[in-house]
Amino acid sequence: MIDEFLTIFLDGAIYASWLFIVALGLTFVFGVLKILNIAHGGIYALGAYSTATLVPIFYSLGMPDQLVIVTMLISALAVAIVITPIMERGILRRFYGQDEVLIVLVTYAIYLVLEDVQKIIWGMNSLYVSEPRELLGALEFGSLYYVGYDLALIGLAIFCGLFLWLVLNKTKSGKIVLAVIHNPEISGCMGVNINKVYLAAFFVGAFLAALAGSFTAPLISVQVGISVAVVIESFAVVIIGGLGSIPGAVIGALIIGMARAACVHKLPEAEIFIMYFCMAGMLIFRPKGLFQGAQARKI
Amino acid sequence: MKFFRHCLILASSILVSTMSFVGVTNADDHKGFKIGVVTFLSGPAAEPFGVPAWNGGKLLIKLLNEGKVPAPYNKKGFGGMEITAIPIDESGGATKQVQEFRNLVQRDKVDAVLGYVSSGDCMAIPAVADELQALTVLYDCGTPRVFEDASYKYVFRTAAHAAMDNIAIAKYLIEKGHDISSIAGINQNYAWGKDSWKDFSVSIKKLSPNSEIKNELFPKIFSGQYGTEISALLNSKAKVVHSSLWGGDLQSFILQAKPRGFFKRTQVVFSAGDQVMPGLGNKYPEGVILGARGQYGMMAPDTPLNNWFYKAYMDEYGVFPAQPPYRMVQGLMGLKMAIEKAMDKNGGKKPNKDEIAEAFTGLEFEAPGGLVQMKLGNGHQAIQPHAIGKTAKDKDGNIIVTDIVRYKASCVNPPNGIKAVDWINAGFPGADC
Repeated sequence: MIDEFLTIFLDGAIYASWLFIVALGLTFVFGVLKILNIAHGGIYALGAYSTATLVPIFYSLGMPDQLVIVTMLISALAVAIVITPIMERGILRRFYGQDEVLIVLVTYAIYLVLEDVQKIIWGMNSLYVSEPRELLGALEFGSLYYVGYDLALIGLAIFCGLFLWLVLNKTKSGKIVLAVIHNPEISGCMGVNINKVYLAAFFVGAFLAALAGSFTAPLISVQVGISVAVVIESFAVVIIGGLGSIPGAVIGALIIGMARAACVHKLPEAEIFIMYFCMAGMLIFRPKGLFQGAQARKI
Repeated sequence: MKFFRHCLILASSILVSTMSFVGVTNADDHKGFKIGVVTFLSGPAAEPFGVPAWNGGKLLIKLLNEGKVPAPYNKKGFGGMEITAIPIDESGGATKQVQEFRNLVQRDKVDAVLGYVSSGDCMAIPAVADELQALTVLYDCGTPRVFEDASYKYVFRTAAHAAMDNIAIAKYLIEKGHDISSIAGINQNYAWGKDSWKDFSVSIKKLSPNSEIKNELFPKIFSGQYGTEISALLNSKAKVVHSSLWGGDLQSFILQAKPRGFFKRTQVVFSAGDQVMPGLGNKYPEGVILGARGQYGMMAPDTPLNNWFYKAYMDEYGVFPAQPPYRMVQGLMGLKMAIEKAMDKNGGKKPNKDEIAEAFTGLEFEAPGGLVQMKLGNGHQAIQPHAIGKTAKDKDGNIIVTDIVRYKASCVNPPNGIKAVDWINAGFPGADC
């Protein structure tokens, strides 16, 4: 019984960590830029592809194995550095303040373009880069083995969430971002460079998406189409938690991760719809998500 | 000015009329044989299935047109007619495919359509094919229901349906003395996964009634993350775990399960497990029992035709052919044989669709994977010999398939007129093993 509970907890926590890292960038970008970025999944896929490309080069250079993590971080950073000016400066900036549906359509179009970019650059073949997953060995919990790398994802998720929260709440730059979230017009009047804040916020969101892809690459076969499920599931997380809320993303990821793990172990028939069940329940009882407070009606 | 405008209109009209006339002439009088080839060229099914299948198809069409294929396929093209192929991407769902099919038949005026990996597409296309009276060869999809639930005049499937994958694996487990006191399964949550698990679990129960089903998991297709499912399967402590996962899902499952000792703690069987071997290489686990709905790839028979195809594919693409290219080649060879049989009968003229359909019905032809017999579905559905093997490492550390058992087509396929699941439930009556 304890074994099974521990297994469900660990499986749920690992899955929730992965979900949280993906959803964190999505919710942060929405919080600051008010953009529901469907292309987030495409950036995730680019992160996975860039890692699957750079890591074999890293190994061919004969560097110490532990440094592979640095290579994965660099590949995520490279994706964010390339994609941010193209997307934010080149495209999205032209649509700020326009109808939300139009912006969603624009990001969907970018998502489709990114899918084709992947095909053009990497072709249709799968890429495998499972070596980093062997770095931390396996650990025994109850009667099961867990891969150390998978458990380390929990640490990575906690680090990403805490780091972003601390930067936002305890630094001057973070407070400027919060001011822009609260009211971009007044922040601009007070001398804040809104464009720079938007660019930086989008960069952070893109980096988190690419980071999630980068650290997922060793678990999967990297191929065209890996971003579809990511888009849907990360949307579910932010809908449950409330768009733009970091604590909401934590809770949303935990709810979906734990509910899914419990279903797979105890009620497999329900696994396929449990995520939608949670999402639908939230939309019925708290349409704005768990962490969206009451808002004054604007007249 | 007015005169000039009239001249321009007249000249344009003449040009348009001439172009239309040339177009019609070309469509009606072309000497070759035009086929539409539909397979996944994008999306998650492209890399494991669609692209290698089309690679095999392209290669064979090229060699057929050059007359470089060994007997009995040594006549150029299809009966001397040059083959022209129009490849179409199968991704996008059944509704889109029905439209693409209509485009191929009505706009591109193809002589035949060869295609479809997805069982969903294979269920949607045949009714439209018969409505348009378009000769259609289903080359890959696995659902038994195409000809079990309906019959068609112009539709043929040159590959065996999926029931034999799971029947043969159940027989293999028992013949090799594996402990099947408890079984579990992880299969995708759609027709293919559900049917595969049903065929396997019912076959096991028939052959070993005391076997206990421990766990039945049906994750959604293309989910990619299986950590929780792997824990649940390990916790179930089932002696055998069955899976019909394919493509990226199978690759991800293997990559996630292997470091957790999954393949050492239970006997895993992959009913369609060979198609990811070329990609995964030595990352493929040892000790896995696998099938490929036919004798394909590393389990292909040692025949001159297979040895020729295997080498031709290796030389062209630098990787060995798994089941997808074999199956498309099988479809093309079946179509060629039917066309040439019809031509023998009509004095060597280009046969019409009715003549080809008549020749195709009940056809038997030799393919790289062995003898293909159009025996089910009143002569429209193929059966073929099957092979099951087990992965191991050779002395150089490369993954190979050993311990191969070959099954006659009539041993693992139901007789004509009986549904596969009814045949399994009845205890395989009339199986000729």
